[in-house]
Amino acid sequence: MKGDIFQAIADPTRRAILVLIAAQSMTPNALAEHFDTSRQAVSKHIQVLVDCELLTQNKVGREIHYYFNPVKMKEFDHWLTQFKKHWEDRFNQLDQLLINLNSNSDEN
Amino acid sequence: MNFSVDKENNRINVEREFAAPVGKVWAAWTQQELLDQWWAPRPWKARTKSMDFREGGTWLYAMVGPEGEEHWSKADYLSIDAKKSFSAIDAFCDADGEINKDFARSTWTNTFTEANGSTTVSVVIQYDKYEDIEQIMQMGFKEGFTMALGNLDELLEK
Repeated sequence: MKGDIFQAIADPTRRAILVLIAAQSMTPNALAEHFDTSRQAVSKHIQVLVDCELLTQNKVGREIHYYFNPVKMKEFDHWLTQFKKHWEDRFNQLDQLLINLNSNSDEN
Repeated sequence: MNFSVDKENNRINVEREFAAPVGKVWAAWTQQELLDQWWAPRPWKARTKSMDFREGGTWLYAMVGPEGEEHWSKADYLSIDAKKSFSAIDAFCDADGEINKDFARSTWTNTFTEANGSTTVSVVIQYDKYEDIEQIMQMGFKEGFTMALGNLDELLEK
């Protein structure tokens, strides 16, 4: 069961975790040192990020290392496309509105 | 439409030409009854609660979804140069305009230039840092501005 990627990203601590791990893979202990919250709280955040596949884990001996999942970057390109389309849709509606304004009045 | 993300300066640039004189295009961007007609991409609708278009004033509005769900936003106007440009700081908020601090704010600068009866609008959206841009794009996506959430599941399967 995958988690909601957007819920995951909406939390500022989890965004901070992503930024740290994107720079360098880390163990939960190393990660927890960057935050004021408890080790358990950080673990919960990590689990949320793993659930939505923003992080992957790899066991090295007795330690678990977490890695940033680069597939997310591909998805980001997709988001970019969507964001752009959002603007295009919006502007097409404005075109229509301006046509209506032109036919209804002549204030200029 | 020109669209670019300036990663170095944490900026999104959008530029588009409209086949109307600047007076009308300016009105469409600055009058609530006109904004409500185009600001939200279908099937969403923009619904203004209050708008005070002057420096220091605020536009408080909701994006209303097909099921009646509401996402509130606001823009605080910083500077206005009539029919030339205006800038504002945006924010996600609640129905009373109380800002949601989980999300980054950005500063918008919209510039209007008329030539040969057409008007080019340049929108510069300035963020503090690049992560803010990623976050806001993901938000926009989530709110279903352009796609049903079902498509997201498909996307994440890939």
